[in-house]
Amino acid sequence: MTVLPYLLAAWLFLVGLYDVVTSRHLVHLVICLIVMQSATYVLLLAIGYRSGKKAPIFTAGVPVKVGAVDPVVQALTLTDVVVSVTGVALLLALVVEIWKRAGTVDPDRLRRKES
Amino acid sequence: MSRNVRLGLFAAAGAMLAALLVWGFTGLPAFGDFQGEYGWILNDVAGHERHVTNVVASVVFDYRGFDTLGEEFILFAAAIGVALLLREARDDRERPRDEVRSDAVRAVGLMLVGPTVVVGLYLVAHGYLTPGGGFQGGVAVAAGVVLLYAAGRYRAYSAASPHGLVELAEGAGAGAYAAVGVAALFAGGLFLENVVELGTRGTLASGGTIPILNAAAGLEVTAAVVLLLHEFLEEVMYPA
Amino acid sequence: MSSTLVPLVVAVPLLAAAALGALGNFAPSRFDNLVAIAVAVAVTVFSVLLIFRSADQTIHYWFGGWKPRSGIAIGISFSVDPLVAGVAALIGVLATAALVVSWDYFGEQVPQHFHVLMLIFLGSMTGFALSSDLFNMFVFFELMSIAAFALTGYRIEQSSALQGAINFAVVNSIGAFMLLTGIALLYGRTGALNLAQIGQVLSRGRADGLVVVAFTLVVVGFLTKAGAVPFHFWLSDAYAVAPAPVCILFAGVMSDLGLHATGRTYWEGFSGVLGADAGSVRGVLVGLGVGTALLGGAMAFVQAGLKRMLAFVVISHVGIFLAAIGLLTARGLAGATVGIVADGLVKGALFCAVASLARRLGETDELSLHGRGTPIPITGAVLGVGAVGLAVVPPLAILSGDGWLRGLLVVASALTGGAVLRAAGRIFLGLGPKQDELLVEPQAGAEAELRRAPRAGALLWLPGIALLAAGLTLAFTPGLARRAVQHAELSVDRPALARETLHGVRTPLPKPSFERSPAAYAYAGAAGLLAVGFAALGLYRRRVPVLVAAPMHRLKLLHDGVVGEYVTWLTVGTAVIGVLFAVLIAKRP
Repeated sequence: MTVLPYLLAAWLFLVGLYDVVTSRHLVHLVICLIVMQSATYVLLLAIGYRSGKKAPIFTAGVPVKVGAVDPVVQALTLTDVVVSVTGVALLLALVVEIWKRAGTVDPDRLRRKES
Repeated sequence: MSRNVRLGLFAAAGAMLAALLVWGFTGLPAFGDFQGEYGWILNDVAGHERHVTNVVASVVFDYRGFDTLGEEFILFAAAIGVALLLREARDDRERPRDEVRSDAVRAVGLMLVGPTVVVGLYLVAHGYLTPGGGFQGGVAVAAGVVLLYAAGRYRAYSAASPHGLVELAEGAGAGAYAAVGVAALFAGGLFLENVVELGTRGTLASGGTIPILNAAAGLEVTAAVVLLLHEFLEEVMYPA
Repeated sequence: MSSTLVPLVVAVPLLAAAALGALGNFAPSRFDNLVAIAVAVAVTVFSVLLIFRSADQTIHYWFGGWKPRSGIAIGISFSVDPLVAGVAALIGVLATAALVVSWDYFGEQVPQHFHVLMLIFLGSMTGFALSSDLFNMFVFFELMSIAAFALTGYRIEQSSALQGAINFAVVNSIGAFMLLTGIALLYGRTGALNLAQIGQVLSRGRADGLVVVAFTLVVVGFLTKAGAVPFHFWLSDAYAVAPAPVCILFAGVMSDLGLHATGRTYWEGFSGVLGADAGSVRGVLVGLGVGTALLGGAMAFVQAGLKRMLAFVVISHVGIFLAAIGLLTARGLAGATVGIVADGLVKGALFCAVASLARRLGETDELSLHGRGTPIPITGAVLGVGAVGLAVVPPLAILSGDGWLRGLLVVASALTGGAVLRAAGRIFLGLGPKQDELLVEPQAGAEAELRRAPRAGALLWLPGIALLAAGLTLAFTPGLARRAVQHAELSVDRPALARETLHGVRTPLPKPSFERSPAAYAYAGAAGLLAVGFAALGLYRRRVPVLVAAPMHRLKLLHDGVVGEYVTWLTVGTAVIGVLFAVLIAKRP
């Protein structure tokens, strides 16, 4: 059972990937990308966890001897979460403009028109 | 390629990828048993080296502060990118569609704006003492501004966040972070070296450059989120 | 020894971008353009200075002053040697050229956001090239990507531009997720994010499932950015629709940065633990490289749209340099790096020519421009000489490899050179027919939105001439290969590098011992002649042999713009590479 959180991350990743491949709506596709990104966060945080330890906040009253979980993965994840929101916003802006120009947001219908 | 061929190809490849991921992930240390020395060292030294109580904040703004500079600029670039993509000129005289029907929503929403902004600012300010920080708090402050739209009127929201001021704030937030880094160079240190007096641990006046960078990040995140929502709301309010 | 210039090549562009962004629309667009050009020139100058300053000792710059403690890295570092600084200089030069071209290229008032994004793009690329911390590389990878997505979709009136941008964004994002997953695995095993330290810890263990899967994911992430097959579909869509000044940067250096990162990660991170299986890794990487080179060359040859043709040229040359790096030798690394710089300058020059064609004649379609190139002969010269450069520079730069490998790569570079030469002949000399059913027409109106400016000036072709001259000079400079190999021999010595980075123990530079053999000139000459032959074939052949037409038709259909299919191919590629590595490497108990 000690590998289950990692398998959860793998599952989220693969489900997101499958949905990207089969998506029929660009907004849905962007949300599937968010799912895939969440999978990487789950993986990072699960890796850094230490059983029985506390959060890495050492205000007065919390004995240092108990120890804490790994702060590095938390630092990596916390900036990434906020930043990925803006990345998603950029993708959605592209989707909005595609809707205005091409009249469709079905990725399967957005083909290159060959002559 | 027809859809069926695509699905078949993906099924095969996806199954192989799944097997690979499982195989690779089982090589990780057992959940809860991570032995990474990087984290241990930082947990031990960050408190007295940086005079902060939130070790994660010291990692974000000091030990790995250069990463955070990059992340801040991703925020900045994404917001500018959205502004570039949604840049069509609109007829400003056209009255935006703007209706909040329920008095209750309007009243409660507007009452919540103040507390939300204050809580957000608190989160930002105390980010290096307790959980929080520029990133989390910045989103909360932005939420407060957005409440103006959700509960009130679009034009109130629009007036509270004038485009030029928000862009200035965004540039200032990102620029301030980079400027602190460069200032360290002038002070004879290395880029982003913490050359400010470290202060007393556990109080707001601690951490050296950490509170400055923290505040810059908070400003940047708030401005970016407000700007993004502004751009998207304009699409809805002034349909092309 | 630290050098203040190191952080400045990243900090100055970013600071300038923030300042311009804060100014908003108060400053006129020309002012923004001038500031951006000044910054790009500064970055170029700093990088060139760094090439010389790092020639004796590699510079290790620890941000925030956080140097390693008892061999454990706790901060982020940039490692700069002349090879890396050379790539940074390439970025600076191409950015300068791109910003100079954009002065005259855009007919309308350019929104200041464009220059802000270009500066961010510049800073992120130099950061990505210089960084030696894996997560820091990931952050700059993301920053590069965000700026690139937005710049690709600049022409919001064109639905093809937006489609290219979204395909770019989706596929690249998934590549980034693969990369991050690999980084997470490596952190889980080694507790480190610094490449040298990851390498140290890994080399004490063996190559088990985690190592193989992490290597696969990281390589897939970087190769997606580079545009290697089968991760390349987004590239031909995006480079065909992004504005030409932006393409100068995309084609000239952004793709090759993916290769640079692959090489660096292998040597500093994995060469210890995978050293015993180097033969297998070599096989996979060289195979990928050759496949990419030939597919790119073939697809380039059947395009009529110049921008899409050049996109496939980029893909093909990525394959060539991937094969060189994939040889896993110091000479391979040195040859690839010098090649990336020289070839990047040539590709940049070609996009300057395309910018000139688009602005002066309003189109970039080879067939519709038949014979219409006479008003702009200098552009024609750049296109023609550049085409020969495309064929000749890669074989000249690659310093080792078996005869059959170099022969195949000669065919690939000749195909790319021949395609562009054919286009130059058709457009500027009126050679060949006006119709050709083998060629794929570009999508309608790719450049038609530009208002034609028949008298637009020298700022469009002057940068092209400068870049071309620089690229060809570098390729033929004697002694450059020798110095490059000298530094590469240090780069491939993982234990020495790790001692230097983590413990400050300096390793002296090995004595120069390599001379470029005349064989390289022979291959280059052959490539040049073959390119002329291919061009003539393209212009004057009567029928297309069925053996060629049918597979080419299927190949063309695959590149049809449906993002779901592109992601499927990415999955297939990852799975195949992973299974190959699994079978070939982790077979010992």
